[in-house]
Amino acid sequence: MGVIPILIAWPALAAVVLPLVRSRKARAAVVYAAAAGMMLLAAVLLAAWLSAGKQTLFLAPESIYTNYLDLAMLAGEFVLMGLIIALSIRHRKYPVILLSAGQTLLVAWSEIFHPVEKTTHMRVDGLAMLLCIIAAFVGGFICIYAVGYMKAYHEHHKEYKDRGGFFFSMLFLFLAAMFGLVLSENLVWMYFFWEVTSVVSFLLIGYTRTEEAVHNSFRALWMNLLGGFGFAIAIVYSAATGGTVQLTDVVTSGAAIPVVLLAFAALTKSAQMPFSSWLLGAMVAPTPSSALLHSATMVKAGVYLLIRLAPALAGTLGGMMVAFIGGFTFIVASMMAIAQNDGKKVLAFSTISNLGLIVACAGIGVEETVWAAVLLMIFHSVAKSMLFQAVGSIENSLGTRDIEAMHGLLLRLPRLTYIMGIGIAGMYLAPFGMLISKWVALKSFVDADNYLLVLFLAYGSATTMLYWTKWLSKLISLHHTKEPVTDRTHQDQYLSMFVHAGATLLLCLVFPWVSSRIVDPIVRTLFGASHEVLSMNVLTTMAIMLVSVLFVPTLMFILTRTTHRDYVPIYMGGANVGDNTYFVNSYGEPEHLYLSNWYMRFEFGMRRLMRPSVIVSAGTLVVMLCMVIGGAL
Amino acid sequence: MQAVSVILYLLLAPLAGALLDGLDRRLSARMQGRQGPPFLQPFYDIAKLFSKQMLAVNSVQMFLLLSYLIFLAVAGSLLFAGEDILMCLFMLSTADMFLVMAASSDSSPFSTLGAGREMIQIMAYEPMTLLLAVGFYLATGSFQVADIVRQPVSAVVTMPGFLLGLMFIMAIKLRKSPFDLSTSHHAHQEIVKGLTTEMAGPTLAVMNIAEYYEMTLMLGLVALFFVNENPISWPLALVACLAVYVLELVWDNVSARVKWRTLLDGCWVVTLLTGGLNGLILMLIR
Amino acid sequence: MANKLAKSPWMLHYDGSSCNGCDIEVLACTTPKYDIERFGIINTGDPFQADILLITGGVNHQSESVIKQIYAQMPEPKVVVAVGICACTGGVFKDCYNIKGGIDTVIPVDVYVPGCAARPQAIIDGVVQALEILQTKREAYAASRRRRP
Repeated sequence: MGVIPILIAWPALAAVVLPLVRSRKARAAVVYAAAAGMMLLAAVLLAAWLSAGKQTLFLAPESIYTNYLDLAMLAGEFVLMGLIIALSIRHRKYPVILLSAGQTLLVAWSEIFHPVEKTTHMRVDGLAMLLCIIAAFVGGFICIYAVGYMKAYHEHHKEYKDRGGFFFSMLFLFLAAMFGLVLSENLVWMYFFWEVTSVVSFLLIGYTRTEEAVHNSFRALWMNLLGGFGFAIAIVYSAATGGTVQLTDVVTSGAAIPVVLLAFAALTKSAQMPFSSWLLGAMVAPTPSSALLHSATMVKAGVYLLIRLAPALAGTLGGMMVAFIGGFTFIVASMMAIAQNDGKKVLAFSTISNLGLIVACAGIGVEETVWAAVLLMIFHSVAKSMLFQAVGSIENSLGTRDIEAMHGLLLRLPRLTYIMGIGIAGMYLAPFGMLISKWVALKSFVDADNYLLVLFLAYGSATTMLYWTKWLSKLISLHHTKEPVTDRTHQDQYLSMFVHAGATLLLCLVFPWVSSRIVDPIVRTLFGASHEVLSMNVLTTMAIMLVSVLFVPTLMFILTRTTHRDYVPIYMGGANVGDNTYFVNSYGEPEHLYLSNWYMRFEFGMRRLMRPSVIVSAGTLVVMLCMVIGGAL
Repeated sequence: MQAVSVILYLLLAPLAGALLDGLDRRLSARMQGRQGPPFLQPFYDIAKLFSKQMLAVNSVQMFLLLSYLIFLAVAGSLLFAGEDILMCLFMLSTADMFLVMAASSDSSPFSTLGAGREMIQIMAYEPMTLLLAVGFYLATGSFQVADIVRQPVSAVVTMPGFLLGLMFIMAIKLRKSPFDLSTSHHAHQEIVKGLTTEMAGPTLAVMNIAEYYEMTLMLGLVALFFVNENPISWPLALVACLAVYVLELVWDNVSARVKWRTLLDGCWVVTLLTGGLNGLILMLIR
Repeated sequence: MANKLAKSPWMLHYDGSSCNGCDIEVLACTTPKYDIERFGIINTGDPFQADILLITGGVNHQSESVIKQIYAQMPEPKVVVAVGICACTGGVFKDCYNIKGGIDTVIPVDVYVPGCAARPQAIIDGVVQALEILQTKREAYAASRRRRP
């Protein structure tokens, strides 16, 4: 287990080294080395944990070293506070100072004047290990992807200053914080890493330094700091009344106030309604940061915390609040995704929506829902990060990420389109993981007697289906255009995307194994015992579906490829000009055929839905928080 | 037993669908004061389509359509094998997705428009199908079709709302007015033939056969409301299916195609009022 | 009519440059009084699905390319029925500057149904005659398909 400090220190070291490397080639080498080292270290940790018997291990007991580390973290928090204050003053965003200073001073005060005995600081168990592996491998490949991406990005966007060193440094700093966050048992340590991820996210969103980017980055900052404030109060309250700052103790004691405040922090981190707008604004950042922070890992920190809290949330008012916010976010975000034609915005909404489902599952907090939540988290991390990467590469090649411009992409950028196709199929089609999780979630929502969530899920699935299908059908339209497109995707990017695509398919193929070997033990650790969520019967059904989905199209493709056909132009009222791209208009002149998707902006647009949903969710949140806290006091 | 019913479904579903379609066209004609085509007309149509030249606008449409057909057959097999109803319904929407892909792959104005409308239709009916599975789970305690058909009392007694809701959205699946937006059996030519516009000869025949599978599957869902452990309920369920089909037919003949907004609002609201309320009641009395 | 094709002839109706007189009569064929669906005929609007191309009105320079295209988009075997005197020969518009003449100036026509406007009975009679031609074409097409490996 001695590898843990190295695992955290290694990316942090890379973060220090990278800004010092000026040449792009050398920087690429450092990134590859750092990512490879990180994956190796994570693998070593996994091996060590497996050989130790896959138990929950509590590490780093109180000692002189941890006391030094405590002090170092306290100092680190003040550095972060100073940074935020300096930047806030520079950009005249004064209220942010209050949030940052308030929580830092609160935690410092509690640390210094009400020291609580901390039994252990770190913990390794199945869930933490899973998130480490996701962060190391998905994160590592995203960093590798970023090597090629940033090169193309700055060729494409000459107007932005190339701050590549800073960018990579932040990615690795974030990964270090992420490892720390998931391995921390002590809430004070976790809080420190939590704040680091918030600040890194803030700095990355502001990467381009445009007015929009700065504005959005501050929005992300204040929302995350608000959550951090909740986290800080939870720590102080728990230390003052419960005399403990161990996450496990808080969960087992089930104290309503710290649990609900931690859940509140998690909701902001996972961009749930009414805090979803920060994730949408975060899409101005270069794509690797969107893939890493805003879909695969950082937003997962929120749901990670909720899954940890799930046993304490089950059946309580706080759990009901979390479940409602999650379910509500699931449906409204999927509705708003329909009206978006910006590829990254659709992915952002879809991320928010899927996180909502995970949050709802965690809020119900029984074994089955947590099972579904963990499974959703695995599939979502891999598939969504791949989708982000594919959209980023498409944007670099096409010069736009407008879905309308992706008409007939299958013929223009076939490799990227296949990757997109696998990702999209993984997000909603039978029998990929998302759908199985949905099946389990639906069943357990019924069992939990939460009919509202059943309705949210039923309607939300329908809207989810629409935005994915229309995107997929846009990609697959076989439209021959004469505009030449060159694929500007670098090998680094393809390497990462192919690994992700392979992982998505593999996860689907070895699904029963994932369920029994990874997800079941995690649930067992959290709840003490677990029964089989999926019966053999369901698994057989799933196997039938899997075989049919993977093999039927392939078989049909092979069968139909050789059949003889006579090709004719498409039907355009007999007015085609030569081929399928032009038709004769009413002036007798050739006109280019343009086919648009449905967006239904008046019905599902952000302008129509955003404000009411924010009001509903914020109202619910405030009322429920008051009820929980008032009830417990 | 399972294997037998699956094989029977795979063999008989298109036959039953075609016969029903023949009856449908004849009855529709009578309702309109016409004589109508022979009963076996759908069989003649399919035979003709297979004998025609294989025209195509691209190389993938046939492959996507065949996938659509197979997925529908798999979805139906899951139902008739007594497997999980929720999985069957998920499979149904996956199948539909392949139809949408097949239509959009043409990149032609009419089929793309039809595909877009088909997506809205899927969005309109999907909440009902999911709630339907939940309803069966609430009423019988299982998602397994095999358990549902072995109940002492027919499900329709406890879930009449779901049946109404299913009948409402079935007009979409049977491509009947007022919900035949994406393509139609009638001679409306508003968007030519919608998503089947570029399907010629054998391709269209595959599409028709797939529709027959889907029709049988939907009627199978209706039958699920009526069958119970008593063998007498089986013929009764058959009669109920026919009755539901005839009702759909009457509705088809007295209404005109609606706009997509009406379709979506109508289906969602009706789903909430029928299935939603019925489910809520079931959950409260459970 | 023992063959399959003749039992299921689907029809595409195209208006070349007709005065709409014949078109009304074509539509009249689908009404309860004449009910062409009793022969299994469906009035489809889609060349990809049609067996019989029914054209009213003469060919002008604008409709010429359209007629050629939709004819090409119909799968074999197929027949063309020219309905009304304008479609047969150009009729009273024959010598107009913009009229090319009858349909047979552009695509091969199998059955001519004269009249101004053609009566529904005549149209149905023409279509039924076309079915026989369709049958011989089908046999020829099937034979040619067999010859092709």
